[in-house]
Amino acid sequence: MSLVDYAVIGLLVLTSTVMGTVLILVGHFVRPRKPTPAKLQPYESGVPDVNPPRGRITPRFYLVALLFVVFDVEAIFIYPWAVAFDALALYGFLQAALFVGILLIGLLYEWRKGALEWV
Amino acid sequence: MDWQRLLVSYFVGFVLLNVLLGLMAYMTWFERRVLARMQHRVGPNRTGPFGLLQPIADGIKLLAKEDIVPANADRLVFLVAPLLSFALAPLGAAVIPFGESLHLFGLEIPLLVADINVAVLYVLALGSIGVYGIILGGYASGNRYSLLGALRSTAQVISYELVLGLSLVGVFILAGSFSLQDILREQQRVLVIGPLTLPNWYILSQPLAFALFLIAAVAETNRAPFDLPEAETELVAGYFTEYSGFRFSFYFLAEYINMIVVSLLAGTLFVGGIDGPFADGVWWLALKALFFLFFYVWLRATLPRFRYDQLMGLAWKVLLPLALLNIGLTGLVRLWGIGAL
Repeated sequence: MSLVDYAVIGLLVLTSTVMGTVLILVGHFVRPRKPTPAKLQPYESGVPDVNPPRGRITPRFYLVALLFVVFDVEAIFIYPWAVAFDALALYGFLQAALFVGILLIGLLYEWRKGALEWV
Repeated sequence: MDWQRLLVSYFVGFVLLNVLLGLMAYMTWFERRVLARMQHRVGPNRTGPFGLLQPIADGIKLLAKEDIVPANADRLVFLVAPLLSFALAPLGAAVIPFGESLHLFGLEIPLLVADINVAVLYVLALGSIGVYGIILGGYASGNRYSLLGALRSTAQVISYELVLGLSLVGVFILAGSFSLQDILREQQRVLVIGPLTLPNWYILSQPLAFALFLIAAVAETNRAPFDLPEAETELVAGYFTEYSGFRFSFYFLAEYINMIVVSLLAGTLFVGGIDGPFADGVWWLALKALFFLFFYVWLRATLPRFRYDQLMGLAWKVLLPLALLNIGLTGLVRLWGIGAL
């Protein structure tokens, strides 16, 4: 465990990016390129597109995103506690239980309010 | 900085990257053959012996296909998004221990590319960043199906990521570490219960976590029966509807590499990784990962696709409470085990 391990990961990120770019570049010399206006239209089952493609989005997705943020932060707080579980023992367990309990009440509330229904 | 170690580790990582790409190509062959057999078909068997050259033929074909950028796409994002998915997919394998160090030519060659102490956290983080490739690609396409597919996919992946992350907490409590190396070492010990001698694999002490992890992992990699983002009857091809040629194959590559990485991870976290009877070694991990990959194909051949509301309901109303329950139970048992209760 040292800086070397992170440096290796950094180098591998670079390598895989370069590999992908090279594949695309190689393809550039092989593949045909004959764009026509019809070909460049977005796929819309063969009819002309009337509405803007990036129109309105159901608010359900925003709700899921909000819920995700809440519980992901919960997970991030739980992780260090889990790793140090033996050292924190009963006191730590009760604290974590309190923390999870509060969020669990929140989840039940959302459930009752219908935030988890997907209609 | 230790330059020699950096160089050796990087070399191992580079080899691993290429092995993963090769394995991924043959995973497509494996899936098509097994799926065909399960459906009483033969599958690809014309290109080379047993169709073994099929992945190579597919690769060449895709490389020679036109790369169409739709007229109202966000050009730069459209071109970069698949690359993002592809470049991040194989990196998870960098923290998976493939065995003890080898000694060759007077060098110590580690069979673990990056021994970082937050390995599992790092893999989960990679999964989160991988979502960007999907949502950016879907958004930049300028197509309704792509956008809807991308949104569904994102909502699905983040919901199941939560389950994935929380299902591992039990393992962290037992192992007391995020490092896959430590988790593996912990599992290599022997468990003696009365007359029985069992390996200390976490599938035995964390069966619920294992089931949750497996379900969440299938959903996380967008595979059947959770392949909603690409439900062809509703959304054409989901977030990659507008992609063609090699950029399309980047998403495809990323999906299959993710499957392999998740299988390796499941093998290491729950069934002892390189640990096995007779002689420990990378072959045990390969066998376990192969089983999980077979399991993926098996699921695809067996189960019909979920409806979207069922999918989200399952994550939030069933799996998430179960994951929290598992944490509580594991905590209580551990407290009793260390004599703090």
